[in-house]
Amino acid sequence: MIGRKLQAIGAGSAELRATPSRRRSLLQAGLGLTVARAAGLAGSLAGLLGAPLAAFAAWNKEAFRAKSVADALKGIGAAALSPTKDLAIDAPEIAENGAVVPIEITSTIASTRSLSVLAEKNPFPLVAKFDFTDGALPYVKLNLKLSETADVRVIAEADGRNYTAAQNVKVTIGGCGG
Amino acid sequence: MAGPMKMRAVASGGVVDIRVLMTHPMETGLRKDSDGNVVPEHFIQNITVKLNGRTMVEGQISQAISRNPVFSFRLKSGNKGDKIEVSWLDNKGESNSTQGVVD
Repeated sequence: MIGRKLQAIGAGSAELRATPSRRRSLLQAGLGLTVARAAGLAGSLAGLLGAPLAAFAAWNKEAFRAKSVADALKGIGAAALSPTKDLAIDAPEIAENGAVVPIEITSTIASTRSLSVLAEKNPFPLVAKFDFTDGALPYVKLNLKLSETADVRVIAEADGRNYTAAQNVKVTIGGCGG
Repeated sequence: MAGPMKMRAVASGGVVDIRVLMTHPMETGLRKDSDGNVVPEHFIQNITVKLNGRTMVEGQISQAISRNPVFSFRLKSGNKGDKIEVSWLDNKGESNSTQGVVD
């Protein structure tokens, strides 16, 4: 039955051969895609139904929709935090434009597997989480929106432990709304 | 329709520096247009960086990443000519990707 539903949304034989639980998650992804297809996005979707579906993990809704720092940390599984000096955060002291605040993060903690970035006073504090395989350095540079003056907090996960550092950024014009 | 994506990957001292520019409104769902209507959420949620087909970085981001996102990543090793691919997927199921080689 799931097979037929997958066929209805245009799944290929690779998706149909997937294990039952994989077919269910493909089907759930496909239902969302079906709506987008009706809006005329068939081109990008056709590519999406090939290998790429498997390439993107499910977006961590619980963590990204959390409205408090505590809930966001819970959502990424970072309950206990150890402060560290081995997490470098390069951020402006004063953000000229709250809509584009450049943040550069470098971890020198051995075996860092992920870096998460939170803007503590944003309506939704969790901004990003990057997972690194062996081939990547635990490093990222990005631009984020800050709603108001706040700490930008970084969590580094290494060997099952979570380390943290923060940098305060002053904002004169907030970056989230109109 | 996804806008253009640009990427530059340079090997220096073994490390590969990757810089990628994405075109995307990254709408937060909190902004109102000139008519006073709320512009709905529309933002990239997932990013993947691959070296010669192998995943190096998997990112999940929120609507608080700036419009037309720019990211820098670093790989521990890589050589001139190695293939880099950066892809993204947004909350509407739209996606885009760019491929290049390490300079």
